[in-house]
Amino acid sequence: MKNSISLRSFLSASWLGWKIESNWTDPFLFATYSIIKPLASASILVLMYSIVTDQNFNNPMFAYLYLGNAFYQYVPAVLSGISWTIIDDREHYRTLKYIYIAPVNIPLYLFGRGVAKFITGSFAVLITLLAGFLFLKVPFDFQQTNWPLFFLSLILGILMLALLGLLLAGITLVTARHSYYIGDVVASGLFLFTGAIFPLEVLPVWLRPVGYALPITYWLELLRRSLVGNIAKAFPTFTSMSNFDLILVLLLTSLIAGLIAIFLFNKCNHSARERGLIDISTNY
Amino acid sequence: MKNYVAIEARNLGRIYKIRNNRKEKFKELSALENVNLNIKKGELFGLLGPNGAGKTTLIKILTTLLSPTTGIATVVGFDVEKSPEEVRKRINMVSGGETSGYGLLTVRENLWMFAQFYGIDGKVANDRIKKLSEIVGISDRLNTKSSDLSTGLRQKMNIIRGFLTDPQVLFLDEPTLGLDVGASRDVRTFIKGWMSDNGERTLLLTTHYMVEADELCDRVAIINQGKVLACDTPSNLKRTLQKEAIFNINLHAPSGLDMDKFKKITGVKNCALTQKPENTTLDIILEDDSVLSEIIAETSRQTLRILRLEKREPSLEDVFIKLVGQKIEEV
Ligand SMILES: Nc1ncnc2c1ncn2[C@@H]1O[C@H](COP(=O)(O)OP(=O)(O)OP(=O)(O)O)[C@@H](O)[C@H]1O
Ligand SMILES: [Mg+2]
Repeated sequence: MKNSISLRSFLSASWLGWKIESNWTDPFLFATYSIIKPLASASILVLMYSIVTDQNFNNPMFAYLYLGNAFYQYVPAVLSGISWTIIDDREHYRTLKYIYIAPVNIPLYLFGRGVAKFITGSFAVLITLLAGFLFLKVPFDFQQTNWPLFFLSLILGILMLALLGLLLAGITLVTARHSYYIGDVVASGLFLFTGAIFPLEVLPVWLRPVGYALPITYWLELLRRSLVGNIAKAFPTFTSMSNFDLILVLLLTSLIAGLIAIFLFNKCNHSARERGLIDISTNY
Repeated sequence: MKNYVAIEARNLGRIYKIRNNRKEKFKELSALENVNLNIKKGELFGLLGPNGAGKTTLIKILTTLLSPTTGIATVVGFDVEKSPEEVRKRINMVSGGETSGYGLLTVRENLWMFAQFYGIDGKVANDRIKKLSEIVGISDRLNTKSSDLSTGLRQKMNIIRGFLTDPQVLFLDEPTLGLDVGASRDVRTFIKGWMSDNGERTLLLTTHYMVEADELCDRVAIINQGKVLACDTPSNLKRTLQKEAIFNINLHAPSGLDMDKFKKITGVKNCALTQKPENTTLDIILEDDSVLSEIIAETSRQTLRILRLEKREPSLEDVFIKLVGQKIEEV
């Protein structure tokens, strides 16, 4: 009974999330937007790179930043997909209190609501990768691609991001007014610390530990290695670590981050009940 | 005996900390004070009180949305603070006068989804949606997007959402608020029917409509400024006014009147004033008929003209007037 409620609420929440995500009056516009947005942001990056390096697209650095940027799109998507649900349900649909008094597992419900963003995010990542492969000669060699490693890393990373999203959802729950864009803001804030478009060595020494503490850093490195392993050796930072080491560190940092996230979410949840914030509306 | 208690509140209190801006200090507002209630399984219990009395606060505590500041509350034997999950499996709640729901889903989809959250079997859910929507009168709108519904129809959808899960204890916060007369009547009839269908069900509703409390509830708690002032069956509450004489006086009082002078007359238990542009109404509770002459003397001292004078049977409104010195709508 309990499992069936959990599974069903997760599935219903995913379905609802998808309905909301795809609720564009014009599906054509929705599709165009989904293609153009990732391509536009990738083009800016490519343009900057080509100016700085005088069009040196054969440098492994290009693959490094192109892939890092492509996969980083998951971060704001998942973080905001999950945390925005609190604002959406509380302020817009006014249903959060009814979800709360139902016997659903709230984190599972929130994860479900985030699934749609994961799907559209995956689409954006795929488009970006395809464009890189077809037009920009990002050196994919599918003979060399380590698919098991790729999918393992991808799944682990998405779970890790979902837990971070839960943490932001908790914060949103207790900060009634100030977290409208918390998912995007946090994602942009972390961008520079995760080695997404340049290696951690570029950061000042005292800022590097931030990058090394973030599971996202190892996740991006693993995705790059699994896709373009043959030239990944040229990327600095983690040359001394094997794939297995990286997976281990990703697991460990995700575990720690996840435990902190769950702990803080429960704290926020408790505090929201204490302060009567679950059905508050700020009328913004 | 424990099994017979559906809802229990012991010394329940809630204080809100409020401030209007960051610089201000927190002020404390006591929304509930030392509330004690014992609601039996099978009871249709009403909380009657004016705006700001604390009705919604009490419902929020009992439905695990809000923590009490003091005291203990249990629902079907489970402490709302210690085992909210157990409570949630057995309850549901609807607040009136609001338009919650996923506007982009149809009525059926909205209801279906909430049924899923309670693990209700698909076929059962469908049957109940069909049946309830027929009773409430929105069966022809099941496939309409809920954003396209009028406020009243959206509220009806919400009411169905509450009954759909067949809860052991159902909380209705002002269920008829914002509904027209006919729809309110339908909802009240439905509530009565739902309760008489199954003696195991318990329903707690809040209202500030006297008639609703009187017509529906087995027992009523009168609540004002966070305190329960009286709690009994409607007829027992009214019986407390059996000996008194209750009058309703319509006055022409262009320059207002001095209520205190009326209240000070010996034999006046309490009175309440309603001022409208066209006339002024005085509801007054007297120890017995003989005091009336004093009242009439006072009206002429204040140069008020009596337009109409009527003696009436005690209502729950009068119980409230006696306890608070105001009519519920005027608080
Ligand atoms: N979240 C909150 N923060 C601060 N004060 C609150 C909050 N919610 C309610 N109050 C205050 O607590 C008191 C009781 O409010 P409550 O909503 O319980 O009253 P009510 O009986 O439901 O009234 P109504 O008939 O208007 O719905 C009021 O003075 C209200 O202003
Ligand atoms: Mg209320």
